[in-house]
Amino acid sequence: MIAMMASTAPTTLVHLSAVDLGIIAFYFALVLGIGFYLKRFAKTGEDFFLAGREMTAWVAGLAFVSANLGSLELLGWAGSAYQYGILAAHWYWIGAIPAMVFLGIVMMPFYYISKTHSVPGYLQLRYGSAASALSAVTFAIMTILMSGVNMYAMAVVMKVVLGWNINFSIWVSSLTVGIYVAAGGLFSAIFNEVLQFFLIWFGALLIPILGLIETGGWKGMVARIQQNFPGQDYTHAWSTLGRFQDNPMGMHWTGIVFGLGAVQAMGYWTTDFLVVQRVLSAKDIRSAKMAPIIGSFFKMAVPLIVILPGLLGLAVLPMHLVPASSLQPGQYSYNEVLPLMLARYCGPGLLGLGITALVAGFMAGMAGNVSAFATVWTYDIYRPFLRKTAPDQHYVSMGRWCTLIGLFVSIGTAYLAMGFASIMDYVQALFGFFIAPLFGTVLLGMLWKRVSCAAGFWGLLAGTLSSVTMFTLMKLDHRWVGVFALSPNAQGLAQDMYQALWSCVTCVVVTVLVTLVTKPRPDEELKGLVYALTEVAHEEHASFLRRPLFWGVAAVAVLVVLQIIFW
Amino acid sequence: MTEKHHIIQVWFFVGVLLLVYGFLIFASGLAEWSHPPNTVLAELHAPVWWGGLLFVLGLIYCIKFSPARKS
Repeated sequence: MIAMMASTAPTTLVHLSAVDLGIIAFYFALVLGIGFYLKRFAKTGEDFFLAGREMTAWVAGLAFVSANLGSLELLGWAGSAYQYGILAAHWYWIGAIPAMVFLGIVMMPFYYISKTHSVPGYLQLRYGSAASALSAVTFAIMTILMSGVNMYAMAVVMKVVLGWNINFSIWVSSLTVGIYVAAGGLFSAIFNEVLQFFLIWFGALLIPILGLIETGGWKGMVARIQQNFPGQDYTHAWSTLGRFQDNPMGMHWTGIVFGLGAVQAMGYWTTDFLVVQRVLSAKDIRSAKMAPIIGSFFKMAVPLIVILPGLLGLAVLPMHLVPASSLQPGQYSYNEVLPLMLARYCGPGLLGLGITALVAGFMAGMAGNVSAFATVWTYDIYRPFLRKTAPDQHYVSMGRWCTLIGLFVSIGTAYLAMGFASIMDYVQALFGFFIAPLFGTVLLGMLWKRVSCAAGFWGLLAGTLSSVTMFTLMKLDHRWVGVFALSPNAQGLAQDMYQALWSCVTCVVVTVLVTLVTKPRPDEELKGLVYALTEVAHEEHASFLRRPLFWGVAAVAVLVVLQIIFW
Repeated sequence: MTEKHHIIQVWFFVGVLLLVYGFLIFASGLAEWSHPPNTVLAELHAPVWWGGLLFVLGLIYCIKFSPARKS
């Protein structure tokens, strides 16, 4: 096994020592051991799919953040920080914190009180089968595709960084994830996400610490960046967003505030079941409300270990990194900035810790995808459409088999992605197609009791189709970028933000119009599902420090301070 | 977290992970003290103090969340 791992290509970035391999091997042994230990506790459907609904706010909150903190996220955003500077931090700040607080304070009570097991499950209760089936099928397909594509991408990273064989990376990590998720269900996934959280922080935190020591602090780093890249501003988050052409992203502040903050982030953090499932595992409604708010404080700090290493790369790396699409022999791509910084500062032992953090992030991301897929397939597709009445044990078995089948399909997707390099970009874009309109559908359903079942379905479908249409037109003819993204200078991320914004607007407009010409559901059917008809427990009796609202406001206040500091 | 199921708390597993990693990294840092690796700022001996920090944190977690403490 080690011989296979050590079959390094001549261009590998780092070479592992025996202690590094020991650190990696211990991680695999520990997660498998935890999986087998937890198997005995995952007996009922609620245990397997929702971790028994007994997680504390801290555990659910850390798992909530970790489910989004995969390796591709780390490598990709560190690369984006090298490419776009501190603008990339917006995806951790305005592109996450308001949405997480909104989920905790406004939306979580409806998810929790309705006792739904998933987001399509909520749509089933609120809008009926059509909207739920559309959401469940698209989510299941996209989740499994994403899992496979991420699997392949990570195997490529392991090949480039360590020289590991691609087949070895795909099969060993997939089988490990398959075994521990099939054994312990969401219990296993959440336990490993918490472990991964600590691994990532302790594996990556040394890079900014040593980087700032090398550059002489933040001011020294900024001076070096200006010296290496004269005339470009990489260290201001807002002051360059007045005009599209003033920043390397081709972004305008409206795209960040409305496209990212108000639509895409809200859609992802409040309706993507991959992350929402973690919060649904909370033991009571207060924990469910607190979990995303606790997560928001950690999320705000993630730029320290992701964005700052990218900025430090601009300051200290002797070579200039390039886009992956124009990579020449001997050059490195933006996405390799984190491994390069790891190799720069970390010797034996620390290197193993950093690599284990990347492997753990990759595996936790895969576990998140397959556990969410198993839940949505079993509860939102198999049970309502294929086998309505069966003992609980039957659905647990279905979940276990689904986990394994989902993994094998993911592996197939990984090999498919190998043959079509650009498929990765398209699948990731596809995933985004469904999230922004879904947010419009879920939010309107929660806040406006008049919205009819037909309106929910047609709004969701129209939003999704509009998103696909915009994406296709912008890819086929660049002139459409100027129309949809408001400027021909808009780069990929900026295009995504405006695409999300318009698809959500389309969803909302169609939903409202169809609502006005269709019959609403009776009030008694909507109790516990919409704002006006739901009794949410008030917390006047609780002290300030125990109120989710207080901590939500505190999170937003810290966010505002960060924006002022890095303006 | 686990009153219904009496599962060992996840924090205990976090402690075990940090304890083992702290020990391995600290030991490798000591082993390379006289001939540090070819990395930037190797003279700061980061593995020694970082490994030590992980070890101490791991030990605290293992003791505080030990399954034996509850029973």
